[in-house]
Amino acid sequence: MSAETLTAQEYIQHHLTNLTLGFLPDHGLTFAHNAEEAAAMGFWALNVDSLLWSFGLGYLAYRWMLGVAEKASAGVPNRAQNFFEWIVDFVNENVRGSFSAKNDMVAPLALTVFVWVFLMNLMDLIPVDLIPYAFSHFMGLFGADPHHVYMRVVPSTDPNITFGMSLTVFLLVLFYSFKVKGVGGFAAELTMQPFGKFGMPANLLLEGINLFSKPLSLSLRLFGNMYAGEMIFILIALMYGHNLVLDLSGGVLQLAWAIFHILIITLQAFIFMVLTIVYLDMAHSHH
Amino acid sequence: MNINLTLLVQMIAFGVFVAFCMKYVWPPIMKALEERTAKIAEGLAAAERGKQEQELGEQRALEVMKEAKSSAADIVTQAQKRYNEILDEAKRDAVAEAERIRHAAHAEIELEANRAREELRERMAQLAIAAAEKILQKEVDARAHKDIVEAFAKQI
Repeated sequence: MSAETLTAQEYIQHHLTNLTLGFLPDHGLTFAHNAEEAAAMGFWALNVDSLLWSFGLGYLAYRWMLGVAEKASAGVPNRAQNFFEWIVDFVNENVRGSFSAKNDMVAPLALTVFVWVFLMNLMDLIPVDLIPYAFSHFMGLFGADPHHVYMRVVPSTDPNITFGMSLTVFLLVLFYSFKVKGVGGFAAELTMQPFGKFGMPANLLLEGINLFSKPLSLSLRLFGNMYAGEMIFILIALMYGHNLVLDLSGGVLQLAWAIFHILIITLQAFIFMVLTIVYLDMAHSHH
Repeated sequence: MNINLTLLVQMIAFGVFVAFCMKYVWPPIMKALEERTAKIAEGLAAAERGKQEQELGEQRALEVMKEAKSSAADIVTQAQKRYNEILDEAKRDAVAEAERIRHAAHAEIELEANRAREELRERMAQLAIAAAEKILQKEVDARAHKDIVEAFAKQI
């Protein structure tokens, strides 16, 4: 979508609006036609695009991993198995390095986090307009107004997705804190240190912040990085369609940012995985 | 950008994916990896054993060679000894044989000489008789004078 038909602000706004399915007082169950409608739908709405891309990528990764794992042999591995074993080994190394307790769930969790987040981030490297443009015009065939059909293809730029993952990790942290340390032990950890039992309110405040900063930092770091990265792609895309100089420099910039972004998406997936492992390790360890 | 139901759905989906990954993906791949590790360890151990066995074999071969060498030397000395013995024996045999042949020759010569002597003696007796016949101009009865002739012949 070039800037001829939309102002720059509208273009950016269009790219930052999810395909939201929810209830509107006037229309009943419907897709939001603009950002205001999406906001008006409140909590009981679904970001269909985020969820579809997230499920699709997750399912794709799961089917591939399952296919490789089912055919896995201890003999000479084929290419797919070799590649998957490389990932598994990498994840397993990290788990063994950071996680000291015994829990069979952590390594598969870390693998899922790494692969899934990486794939969701990878969607950022697809040219920003390609899928949204194709989708809105495809929906245009069914009578929808292309300007009001939204499609965000990078699930990790949706805070719902990143918070969804970090909150699940947080629930696991709480679950294992209670399970390993017991209610009393976990309560003691929150209230009896670092200042001893007479500094209880201060302890609770500090430890509470410490505890709740975990899911917050986990999801906001991923969301922030991916959102900023996508925003830069959108801004670069605004340079196209004016004159040759801007087109060319836009192309160069987009290529450079995409190459740099390969590092970021991998790094963010890696950080999400490592922090997940570390938080779960902290939940398992006694102070 | 609104927080909505997506959050909960993603949480559930995440949990489901993790559970499936934990149940169906992780165990087989880990099993394969561990099996391969065991296989490699086994192979390395076997190689180590093979190496040790090779060293042992080399040592044994060296020992066998040394033994063979010493036994060969023994055999050579024994053969030398036996050769000397055979040589001595042959020498002894040859000397004995020569002695025996010499004795036989001696005996034969003696026998021939005796025979010749006997012949000579008879011939002399005949000659003597003939001479006596000639001297007496008459035939002497050889039978009547046999004693005399023989006594004569013995004196010759």
